[in-house]
Amino acid sequence: MFSAFRIIVARDLLLAMRRRSDVLTTLFFFVIVVSLFPLGIGPELNTLRLIAPGVFWVAALLASMLALEKLFFVDYQDGSLEQMLLAPQPLSILVLGKVLAHWLVTGLPLVLLSPLLGLQYDLSTATITVMMFTLLIGTPALSLIGAIGAALTLGIRGGGVLVSLLVLPLYIPVLIFGAGAVEAEASGLGGSGHLSMLGAILLLSALAAPLATAAALRISAE
Amino acid sequence: MSGRLSFYRFSSPAAFYPLAGTIGKVSALIAVVLLAIGLYMSFFVAPTDYKQGEGYRIIFIHVPSAWMSMFIYLVMAFWAGIGLVFNTRLSSMMAQALAPTGAIMTFIALWTGAFWGKPMWGAWWVWDARLTSELILFFLYIGFIALQGSIDDTRRADRAGAVLLLVGVVNIPIIYFSVKWWNTLHQGATVSVTEGSSMSTIMLQAMLIMTFAFWAYSVAVAMYRVRSIILEREKDTRWVSELPEVRR
Repeated sequence: MFSAFRIIVARDLLLAMRRRSDVLTTLFFFVIVVSLFPLGIGPELNTLRLIAPGVFWVAALLASMLALEKLFFVDYQDGSLEQMLLAPQPLSILVLGKVLAHWLVTGLPLVLLSPLLGLQYDLSTATITVMMFTLLIGTPALSLIGAIGAALTLGIRGGGVLVSLLVLPLYIPVLIFGAGAVEAEASGLGGSGHLSMLGAILLLSALAAPLATAAALRISAE
Repeated sequence: MSGRLSFYRFSSPAAFYPLAGTIGKVSALIAVVLLAIGLYMSFFVAPTDYKQGEGYRIIFIHVPSAWMSMFIYLVMAFWAGIGLVFNTRLSSMMAQALAPTGAIMTFIALWTGAFWGKPMWGAWWVWDARLTSELILFFLYIGFIALQGSIDDTRRADRAGAVLLLVGVVNIPIIYFSVKWWNTLHQGATVSVTEGSSMSTIMLQAMLIMTFAFWAYSVAVAMYRVRSIILEREKDTRWVSELPEVRR
């Protein structure tokens, strides 16, 4: 079971490395969205510092949602998804592997780049650290929850728009606690409560989302 | 044993179709009667609120629709779960038939809430926990309807919708509490099962009558809609072609 998990992760990472442009697209989408806000709102640093947590988190949400489309689609098209459905290993483990690989490729770069963008918004080092930490816990939860939506809309016309309609409402708790932790930390209240909730959401989605995704994949591939 | 058998008989669309017609007619009648009584009571019998004036009368529409909006989602998830587990076609049709009514109820709750909020809070919309979670519920309904609408294969549409509903049901408490901790401004619950109610009895009676009226309305509309869905999905079967209303 674990070897299957490892193989899936390694395979997806290898595939992603062969098509680097996909990875970079998500990352630059995040960078561009975050950089657009000062242009729209104005270069006032006090305002920017205030809105930074919300902007970063909404941008991360959108970037994660955009990347979902590729999560199962290529495998669905070339038939390897059907092989995974037929495999003796539990499908939810394979799904977990795919989601992990997907997060390593689309979520982690975002987390690593966020301090640099935080400097653009004149955030303090402590705030940047907390923000990185919330993104580190929060983005895997986004990938896990989003996988359900990606599996449900597999191969449907207009799937890309539909997936946003299905997934974004479910992202709301992650957004609230993620941005909330940064804000609480920045205002000196301490964000540990929000961080605990974010961790709880990650654990719950790691347990439940692969099962729901596996069920959805079986329905979609019928 | 025979009683149980005859009950399960109605999981067949052909057997349920005439029953749905009867339930639909009876509920529609109940809805009209209760709505007449409830509206009369809420406009003429219930006293004016000493703090909120006449504007408070919106709650006679607002609260029942908000209750129904949440209740219908649970009922939909129940039917979707049954449909997913037992593979009964009718359960999925029920979930599909309830969705537009639930969305409408959510919309009415939001709309009347805005009308109430303007004179009471001085704003059409505030980012308060209950308003926000009701809005999110509306998005969930729209998502379900959109997903069902965009899949042509009915079997896949039913099952995908069922998974979405069940995921939504797990998420609703999480969303509700996260939004609640995020911000709260809405007045506390006026009606509570454990502590009784702080409303006057006549207001409560009017509101309960309105709630039952909304309930009966939802049942009636869902029944008529499920009949249409049955006809649409079973149009190639013999029993449909032998129905008097179809043959005509």
